[in-house]
Amino acid sequence: MNISTDPWIWIASILSLAILSFLYKENPIFRAAEHIFLGVANGYLVTFYWHRILMPILFRPLFQQGDLLLIIPFVVGILYLTRFIPRLSWLVRIPIAIYMGYWTGVLIPATIQAQIIKQMQGTVLTSQNFQAWNAGSWGIVWSVIIFIGVLCTLSYFYFSREHKGVIGATSRVGIVFVMTGFGAAFGYTVMARISLLIGQLQFLLGDWLGIIK
Amino acid sequence: MKKTIPLVLIFVAGLLGIISFVIPHPAYQTYDEWIRNSFLRVLSAFAMVLALGSLLRVHFDKIRRRRKNWQYSWLLLIAFGASSIIGLFGGVAADGILPTAIGSFHFDIQVLYENIVIPLASSMFALLAFFMASAAYRAFRVRSTEATLLLTAAFIVMIGVLPLGHSISKHLPMFVQWILNVPNVAGQRGIVLGIALGVVATSLKIILGIERAWLGGGE
Repeated sequence: MNISTDPWIWIASILSLAILSFLYKENPIFRAAEHIFLGVANGYLVTFYWHRILMPILFRPLFQQGDLLLIIPFVVGILYLTRFIPRLSWLVRIPIAIYMGYWTGVLIPATIQAQIIKQMQGTVLTSQNFQAWNAGSWGIVWSVIIFIGVLCTLSYFYFSREHKGVIGATSRVGIVFVMTGFGAAFGYTVMARISLLIGQLQFLLGDWLGIIK
Repeated sequence: MKKTIPLVLIFVAGLLGIISFVIPHPAYQTYDEWIRNSFLRVLSAFAMVLALGSLLRVHFDKIRRRRKNWQYSWLLLIAFGASSIIGLFGGVAADGILPTAIGSFHFDIQVLYENIVIPLASSMFALLAFFMASAAYRAFRVRSTEATLLLTAAFIVMIGVLPLGHSISKHLPMFVQWILNVPNVAGQRGIVLGIALGVVATSLKIILGIERAWLGGGE
């Protein structure tokens, strides 16, 4: 055994154990570590926003280089803080409207192009899609399965008509594809979480206690 | 006025966002780049100030009113204050006016991030492995066709991506790849198309002022 003498390794290990103690039940040690985590993470955010956004993009160009155009985002940004003044709190809607409006506008054509047109292009039965599989004649079969799967999945989420008859049958096929997709995503997520757990155990048993190498 | 001005602004800003996609002219793109990289980033920084202000207000209020578990709020405030001071005055790369080392012991913001935020975040997410396993067990007890299908797909994917999967059968990793490429893609694509149509519809409702929940309550 070769226990670490680095104080930061000890701090990280004790805090990690405090979080993992939640497996037994919620306890004061877990709650303390949880609050420390929130405090430090938010402190890091303050640092990031100050040194990476406010200083280089706003304060330095505005006050040192005289870029007066930046007065506009500065004043609009200040309006966020009117949320704390009840009489003026409606002014917070102005920066929210500009920020949300712009990104909502950007989202419309981007979503149509990337998530509707491109996805439909990948679904329709074309010779290009058959060859994309690089699986010979099986490429056609896989493409047909995807085509049917997408239509059936969409019919499962179509709630404007009762799921009876043709829609009932297609939605039942659709749920098979949906559940297989969820299962695959679930499996991958579990594997990701387990690899994080293995990493933490390696840190505790290796870096901290020196039991494993 | 208190609602009309924000509604006009969201409409104009929304149009500018859409136009940025359809006008590739360099002059407009330069202006658009300024909007995105300066204007909106500064707004996001001020939004963060508002969020942190709300967080601090909640915890100060909790301490003042001695609400349940108020003692932990002190920990949050002390950790937040200490790391903010270290970060703001010590600099991102320990190049600020505040010394962030005593001998060989360093405590700059990057060290705090690597030794507190990263291990705690990893432990939090690792914890989820156990809760997901227990959720899977409960889903299995339901014994419905859908739950069985979900867990079977999950089990095959989990085994198939491990070296164990190859030991069981050399065809298993290929079968996992087929599940991911064919039925998984079909299901996910159907969901993505549905979400995308919903996003476009909701975005249009927001820009056109039909959806007004974001204005909040009051006048």
